[in-house]
Formats: sequence, C-alpha cells, structure tokens
Amino acid sequence: MAGRTGIEVSLALSEAVKMADADVIAAYPITPQTHIVEHLAELVADGHLDAEFVPVESEHSAMSACVGSSAAGARTFTATSSQGLALMHEILYMAPALRLPIILAVANRALSAPISIWNDHSDIMAERDTGWIQLFAENGQEVFDLTLQAFRIGEDPQVLLPVAVNLDGFTLSHVIEPVVFPEQKVVDQFLPVYRPKVRLDPAKPVSMGVFGIPEIYTETKRATEAALLDSKAVILRVWDEFEALFGRKYRPIETYRAEDADTLLVAMGSVSETAMTAVDEMRAEGKKVGLVRIRLWRPFPDEEFKAAVAKARVLGVVDRSITPGSHAGPVFMEIRSLLYALPERPAVFGFSLGLGGRDVTRENFKYIYDQCQVLEDTGQDRYEMVGVME
Amino acid sequence: MTADALKDFQKLTAKTLPAEDMFAPGHRACQGCGEVLALRLLMKAVGPEAIAVSATGCMEVVSSTFPQTSWRVPWIHVAFENAAAAASGVEAGFKVMRRKGRIPDKKTAILAIAGDGGTADIGLQALSGALERGHDFVYICLDNEAYMNTGIQRSSSTPYGAMTTTSPPGKHSPLGQVTWKKNMPAIAAAHNIPYVATASPAYHLDMMNKVRKAVAIPGPAYVHIFSPCPTGWRMRPELSIESARLVVQTRAFPLYEVINGRYILNRKVSKPKPLKEYFQQQGRFRHLDDKAIAEIEARLHAEYDKIARLAAEGGPVKEEKEE
Amino acid sequence: MAKIDALMSWKEVPVGCHAPEPGSTVHYKTGDWRSQRPLLHRDKCIYCGLCWVFCPEGCYQNMGPEEKYYKADLDFCKGCGICAHECPKDAIEMIPEEV
Repeated sequence: MAGRTGIEVSLALSEAVKMADADVIAAYPITPQTHIVEHLAELVADGHLDAEFVPVESEHSAMSACVGSSAAGARTFTATSSQGLALMHEILYMAPALRLPIILAVANRALSAPISIWNDHSDIMAERDTGWIQLFAENGQEVFDLTLQAFRIGEDPQVLLPVAVNLDGFTLSHVIEPVVFPEQKVVDQFLPVYRPKVRLDPAKPVSMGVFGIPEIYTETKRATEAALLDSKAVILRVWDEFEALFGRKYRPIETYRAEDADTLLVAMGSVSETAMTAVDEMRAEGKKVGLVRIRLWRPFPDEEFKAAVAKARVLGVVDRSITPGSHAGPVFMEIRSLLYALPERPAVFGFSLGLGGRDVTRENFKYIYDQCQVLEDTGQDRYEMVGVME
Repeated sequence: MTADALKDFQKLTAKTLPAEDMFAPGHRACQGCGEVLALRLLMKAVGPEAIAVSATGCMEVVSSTFPQTSWRVPWIHVAFENAAAAASGVEAGFKVMRRKGRIPDKKTAILAIAGDGGTADIGLQALSGALERGHDFVYICLDNEAYMNTGIQRSSSTPYGAMTTTSPPGKHSPLGQVTWKKNMPAIAAAHNIPYVATASPAYHLDMMNKVRKAVAIPGPAYVHIFSPCPTGWRMRPELSIESARLVVQTRAFPLYEVINGRYILNRKVSKPKPLKEYFQQQGRFRHLDDKAIAEIEARLHAEYDKIARLAAEGGPVKEEKEE
Repeated sequence: MAKIDALMSWKEVPVGCHAPEPGSTVHYKTGDWRSQRPLLHRDKCIYCGLCWVFCPEGCYQNMGPEEKYYKADLDFCKGCGICAHECPKDAIEMIPEEV
C-alpha cells in the first residue's frame, strides 16, 4: 500500500503493525480500539501478516500474554482503551521492570463511571507512573509513524522498555486521514528483526520475575528508571534515523508560532490541531500566542520543554483529564513542578477540558488565552475545569 | 493426535527415573513440604526442554529469592491470577518464532504452574481462556487446599470441614469451611481438552508419567496434583507422603484421567480406609465430630462413585489398577 | 551517610532483575534449619531409592551400584523425616541434631 492513501487512522495503525512484522498480537476488543484489532485479525487470516493472533479473554490476560510472548523473544503488540487499560494496570508495571519491549496502542477514552466511550486522557494518565515510554500522536500520519518507531525504540538493546502510543479515541482513531505509506524494504531497513539478548531459552535458562527482598528492590527501581531516562537519547537518535529514511522529522516537543509568543498554549494529542487553528485566528487579531505540543510524555523531555517556553510570559496548560482532590491536572502539575526551580519562569495556569468526549473548540482555546491574561495581570492563581455547565 | 502421541509414549519406571533435578535444593520451602516435592518430581519428569510459568504462591516465593533461583529451566513469574495467560503468550511466541525460523523447530514443553488459589479462584478466568483457545501447554495445579503462602486462608479448593484462618470453626459456625471443594478437573474437562488428570506425589510414577503424557499430547492439558502442606494442615512434616497416600486410599482424592472425554480410573479403591485415619493426622480437622466426619465420608464416597461410573461407561482399560 | 542495607549497586543489578544462574539456590545451605537428621542403617537398606524420590529438597545422592545406598546431603537436609517414615525397611532413623 505504498504512497499516499486516505485511510481510517485505526487501520493505518494496524498496517504499521503489519509492516513491522509483529509476531504476537494478544488483544481484547473495546470501543474505540476495535477497528485496530479487527483489521489485524483480518490481515492475519488473509495471510498478509504471519503472526499469532491470540483472542484473549480479557485485557488483563492480554497484557499477561504479551509479557509471556515478549519474554519468549517475540515482537509483541496489543491495543486497548479506557476500562481495558485500567484492567491491564497490575501487569503494566511489570513490563518495564522485566525490561520487555511490548508495544501498546491506546485509543484514549474516558474512564467510567458513568460509562463513556468517548475521548479524553483519563485512561493513560492513570498509568502515568508505570514506567512505560509514552508518546502522543496528533494525526493519522503520526499514528502510523509513531507505531513503527515504537517497535524500533522499545526493542533497542539500550532501551528494552515497553512503549505506549496514544491516539485520541474516535476523534483520531475513527477519522479518515491521508497517510503516506512507505515501501516495505525501507521499513525493514529501519526496523530489523527482533533478536533479544535475554529471553526464555532452554539453552540459557534465566529466571524472570523473581522475589525482590528490601535489600534489592530500591536498586531495581533505580535501574529501571535510569533505563527510562536514558531512553530519551535513543528516541532522539531513532527520530534522526527515521527522518533520514522517511523524510519526516519528529521531536519530543513541537512548537507552533512560539518563537515570539508572549502566551503559550500547551497541549497533547489531536486537540493540538484545533489549537493551531485557534492560534492562527488569534494571531490574525494581533495576539502574540503560540502552541507547544508534547509528543514525548514519558520520559518527560525536560530540556526541550524548558527551551520551548523560555521566552514566554504565560503558559496555559490544557489537560484532557483531572486529578480530583489536587489543584491541577496531571500535565499542568508536571510543568509547574518542572519550572518551579527556574530563577526566571513563566506564569503557569491549568485548564482541564474535553472530558468524556466533550468537544474541544477554537473558542475554548481563545477563552484559555483570555483567562491566562486575566490571571497573570491580576496575580490570581486558579486551576479551572473549562466548559462546565453551572 | 492424542492417540498418536500416546502410541509412542514411553513410561518412566523406577529404574528409568532421571537422576537430574530441574529444581535445585536450597529452596526455602518448609520442612516436609509436599508441594515442593511434587514440583521437584514433575520437573524431573519433564526435563530440561521446558519453560515454566509460575503464578504467585509458595513455589514461586521459595524458589526465586533474588539473586538465587532453584529453577534449572527458563522460568517466569508474572502475577497471581495469570499463569495461564502468560503461558499462552509464551506458547504463541515460541510457535511463531519457530515458524519464522528464528528458533530451532523442536518441541519445548510449556508449563503453567499455580496453586489452588491461582487456579480455582483468582486464576480461573485465565485458565478457562487458555484451555478454550487450545494452546499447546500443560497447566499444573499444585493443590495444598488453601492460600498457604499468605498464611493459610481458605480457597474454593479447601475441603468441606477444614479449618483455615478465614474459615475458622467457631461457636456460631462450628464446621470451618462450609462449602465443598470446587471440582477443578471437571471444569477443565468441560473445556473438551485432550487430557485431564489427577495425581498424588505418593504415587510418584503415576504422577510423573501423567505430567509426561500431558506434555506429549498436543493441545491443552490439565493436571491436578494433591500437595500436602504440613504447616497449613497442622501435620507432622514426616507424614506428607503418607497423607498423600491416605487421601487416595480413603477415596477422598480419586486418581483418574480424562483422555478425550473418556474417564479412566487409575486406582480402584474397593476397600477404602476410614476417612478418620486420614483426618486424624491433621490439626485442620480436629474440630470435627464423628457425625460430621461420617457426612463428609458419605459425600466423598458418592463423588468417587461418580468417577467410577463415568470410567465404567468407557469400558475396561488396562490403565486401571487395584489400590 | 548511614550504611545502606542493599545487596549491590543499582548499576550491578542484572537487566530486568533476572536471576541469571540456574539452580543457584545450591549456594543457600538449608541444612542449618533442622533439629534432627537422618541416620542410615546400611545393613537394612535395600537400595530402593524411595528416600531419594521422596525428599522434598532433592538432597539424596545415589552412591552407585557398588556402594548400593543413598546418602543425604546434610548441607540441605531440613530434617523433615519423610525419608525415615517412608523407608520400607525402616533403615533410616531420625536422630537429634547436635547443637
């Protein structure tokens, strides 16, 4: 399918998994991830992808089977959303600790209750601290590219960590977008066959998932965290390789009209495209506003983010989830904490919106811009849930 | 397929038992642990061409205190309820890597090993899924009849009338466990898998050969192994094997196989010993009076008779022995 | 800085905290757990091997067809007494462990 094709983004993701020649797919269906796994089942059944499609009986078993498969040395993929991701929670922590490069696509969807099938980031934010590398896609091309890159990054011998590729459920997963598909031979050049140094092999028996007494647990966590932090260097290198082969450049932080911006909006995921339109409209009115988009959420790219916001006076951070009982959404908290120690730093204000599939509009971003000016000028500090009917 | 695998099946005998252990000493199991003995013997029977996937439980904890491990085969422990799911992933991974030529095309036994908790309770979903999907693996339940590793709490495999810390006999509720042991072999057999078996380490050749049969037969297999726990049952440690023998001789734990749906009673117990003889070795039954024991005995005999009838339906087979 | 109660530097932890040496529990001598030890009366032993079969530790060693007996490895024997109890010839006696 080389060349530029109009395709539903979910299917583009599955095509990336096919081009990556995944070995094992263990997945359980949940709206809005279903098209991803359905298309993969089709590709396997038609013989386009030589893989074991394991129709597990729950998401907990999906992630468990992925751990087993990756430990055996197979290239492993799964996908889920919302409740399914929550059901995987227990096992998610184990994948990085065991250094297993499982690739997970999350079609982001709100967590119940009440039950919602629509998009927000509460599902992935609940897994923030699991130790996974976490990427956020903004459009269909990114979904395809990030999925291919995820295999390459996770399986890198310096990394050996699982990678979650996040795409907004329905608003990105179910829309038809133009995607440029590369040639298989270029993909093969970018992504070699997975040959792990350590795997379950009767010729070299190891024991994985051991009993960790207090005299070792801390050191294992330090070691795994170091691997996550060090993975950033590999991610940047992979993105250079990707640019050289495919012609598209990826960075941990992307900026839009930010160089001379006084106020910067900060967003993750597909709302960034709406934000860019709002930025254009506000710029036409003479407002000096720009956008910072976070593509790499974990490990958080401290230096790149600080550089991107160095000259701004105010940041308006957009969260697609809430952290009840605290004063902020998760991205807002992250950024405030990151910037706190800087001698010169912008004012940072937080706004949670677009929960449970509520539309995020250009008007929302304009409101946020206006609120940032008011708060900064009046010295107030407030975290706001935007667009709640009182 | 099953018939082919069994046609060439070579039984282990007392003379041909392998000398090597795939499960090393120095593990931290209690003195006299019947479960670790069963594990040691079945791993000996399976040999080095195997991957073991353990659920959380006694066997996992006693064998893997970092940086040491008792396992001489590749081993992975993930969580409490997912041995069957993790094993499914290992099996799928090996299958496709063999097919794609990345590993040699030879049979590696895949074992999922869990206790009664990790099988009948929290692990039941993953087990059912793995059996239904038909993975080529062997699921072994090491049944010591309670959640022993966390301090002897009841499971659905705890026998009626047994004391555990969450089924303690008291003034208001004098029996202890008030439900009957969940019939896991029947649940496994209901998935129409090619091989189901019950085993006891006191009949070690029978047990070891059943595990080897389970490995040899393509598709899913389930082996339920009675595993005495002196600590949890309040029993003198030297009695582990004797209790594993008495449990069969009293008909409390029938030894049978279900091969492609056909029941085979491996040990006919025509003259059962009194259940009291089995109970009186164990403190967990001390609170039961003769009336309660008689009721339990009647029920256990009825369960044994059910198996015997199912076996008789299939006609006589030479696998049956008199106990 | 107070002493850190750790096994090794975090940099030395194997990737994934895997235990790399199969069967390495042999370095952990459980023999000091026991309060009684097996004593074999060789004249009664018929070399059946059931002590070797039924030992939960797997610490019996076959001394060969010339010697015709099995010997408990006292580095690991926990003194459970199963071997003595199961021996068909009562050839094994559990005696108190000397302190």
